[in-house]
Amino acid sequence: MTQIETYDDHVVRLFLLAATVWGIVGMTIGVFVAAQLAWPSLNFDIPWLTFSRLRPDHTFGVVFAFGGSALMGTCYYIVQRTGHVRLALGGLARFTFWGWQTACVLAMVTMPLGLTQSKEYAEPEWFIDLLITVVWVAFGAVFFATLARRRIKHIYVANWYYGAFIIAVGLLHVVNNVAIPASWTKSYPVYAGVVDAMVQWWYGHNAVAFFLTAGFLGMMYYFVPRQAQRPLWSYRFSIVNFWALISIYMWAGPHHLQYTALPDWVQSVGAAFSLVLLMPSLGSAANGLMTFNGAWDKLRTDPAVKFMVVALVFYAASTFEGSMLAIKSVNSLSHYTDWTVAHVHSGSLGWVAMITIGSLYAMAPRALDRPAMHSLRAMNVHFWMHTAGLLLYVASMWTAGLVEGLMWRATNADGSLTYSFLESLIAVKPFYVVRLIGGLLIVAGMAVMAWNMWHTAAHARARLIEAIRIPIPQPAGQHAPSPL
Amino acid sequence: MLKKHYRHFEAIEKHAGLLAVLIGFMVALGGLAEITPLFMRVHETKPAPGIEPYDPLRLAGRDIYVREGCHACHSQMVRTLSFETDRYGDYSVAGEFVYDRPFQWGSKRTGPDLARIGGKYTDEWHRLHLLAPRAVVPESNMPNYPWLANAGIDAKEVQARMRSLKRLGDPYDDADIDAAPAALEGKTELDALIAYLQGLGTGAAE
Repeated sequence: MTQIETYDDHVVRLFLLAATVWGIVGMTIGVFVAAQLAWPSLNFDIPWLTFSRLRPDHTFGVVFAFGGSALMGTCYYIVQRTGHVRLALGGLARFTFWGWQTACVLAMVTMPLGLTQSKEYAEPEWFIDLLITVVWVAFGAVFFATLARRRIKHIYVANWYYGAFIIAVGLLHVVNNVAIPASWTKSYPVYAGVVDAMVQWWYGHNAVAFFLTAGFLGMMYYFVPRQAQRPLWSYRFSIVNFWALISIYMWAGPHHLQYTALPDWVQSVGAAFSLVLLMPSLGSAANGLMTFNGAWDKLRTDPAVKFMVVALVFYAASTFEGSMLAIKSVNSLSHYTDWTVAHVHSGSLGWVAMITIGSLYAMAPRALDRPAMHSLRAMNVHFWMHTAGLLLYVASMWTAGLVEGLMWRATNADGSLTYSFLESLIAVKPFYVVRLIGGLLIVAGMAVMAWNMWHTAAHARARLIEAIRIPIPQPAGQHAPSPL
Repeated sequence: MLKKHYRHFEAIEKHAGLLAVLIGFMVALGGLAEITPLFMRVHETKPAPGIEPYDPLRLAGRDIYVREGCHACHSQMVRTLSFETDRYGDYSVAGEFVYDRPFQWGSKRTGPDLARIGGKYTDEWHRLHLLAPRAVVPESNMPNYPWLANAGIDAKEVQARMRSLKRLGDPYDDADIDAAPAALEGKTELDALIAYLQGLGTGAAE
């Protein structure tokens, strides 16, 4: 058995580059729209620069362009390493890269032009949805074909999460976007009113569950043990949490529609499952954190570990918060306020962005054939900028949300409302400026990361890079190849 | 004992196909339980009194509301809470939304709810407010939408949209669709959007 095989890291590097660029683009748009909420004349009376049209560019840019590129890149990296095998269908894998980037660019250009389905996180019109579907099926084909030719019989748990991410997001995307095109630029969903709302938030909540949670948990389950140089705290626990997480999450969508015209029983079922969801969420966070037992000293020396640990703390915190916000009485206070915005960002900037950045810092030197990132100091600077920005962001939006929620429900002794809506807006305006400062710090941190990546990639840019040889295990017993 | 039971799970951990099938099954349950009953009963949800399919001008206005992304800051959902009904009016019911594709309930109120906005202000107020909100409400942080005033409406496009909605089951007849160009004659996007806003919540109140 002297066959030589190397890992296919070219497509991984492409996704790494794309994630770095989209991260800056998506977050810069976020900072700009945040500034518009404080100073509304910043749209300069130009349609495509207006808050309401740009907001989906921010969400799509960070979730699907930045997060999606990071997920697909790390997925291709991990499925090869954990299976000791080269990526299957290399040409198709390259198609998934260019297809995904095309879909992202198309979406980011058409949405500000007013082409939108207006369903949150599913705004792009039908022709982009079709392209996304094709790319997604190709992504699934590459992933499962690679799994099928793995050399390690046991499928490592990180792949389970990536597998669930691919299957569930495919299902959600197709069901939520069923629409009849009226023209090239406009479609109507087959669902109307209440059903449309239910389908949308089944999708919307599970875009969070499977895109922003399951996928990134896959990242966590590979890179946390790898970076801690310790085995996972409990492998069995990770599997129990897996089945609980993927089955329960899918029921929790209706908590986005508490006290609305959605039938009451659906609201209650959604709230109940959201509370049960605490268990696998906190379980996954605990499993990740406990893996650092015996390796906590790395917090002092490895900035990637710092990102991962804070990410796990924020994962625990924001999933706990999410379950609390699903309770009807709490939701009556928080819903429609900036508290929702704070919750989303503690999840996305705290958990998703930080586990991604930690994982990219862990993966980049290996994928780029370097011993370490170009600058350790820059990684530390990035960590503190991101953390400071994150805290400013969520603290200001939590406060703003509470102020709004309390002002909207305040009543005088005679039962009349104490405040007009406008008074609540005036009260929270200063927090919009604090939030903007937080966002600026985070984008600046991303720029530091881009600079660091650029220099770490010097070798790759000069095409001096050598493909990494796959350690091929002897086919015996546990390791015998076993397709599907 | 534990080891013996664990063997059952081993099969899943070593077979990608089985794993994928089980994942597909587990993730399908929630949606099946929560969406199918609503979907099955959709024909039982009768339009609330006074709720008609959108006439051509209001339909064009609604599509502009969707295009501009107004739902990013304005909800259209009065919740069943007393401080909501005190502020906005009667709480929203399912029958009000049977012709809403897509729904526009929103998820964030940077501005107030609009479910009951119809008739609360004059057309002229809306005209001034949409073009330059701070001319009317100095503290507002709503952006200006001046381009609406100059843009006309393509009647053919609206007719195509009505035909699509008819295919989805909305009760338009051919006469409604044929009458669209006359109803849209000389109207701007601003007129259409105001017609849509002025109709919001007025049906159910009658």
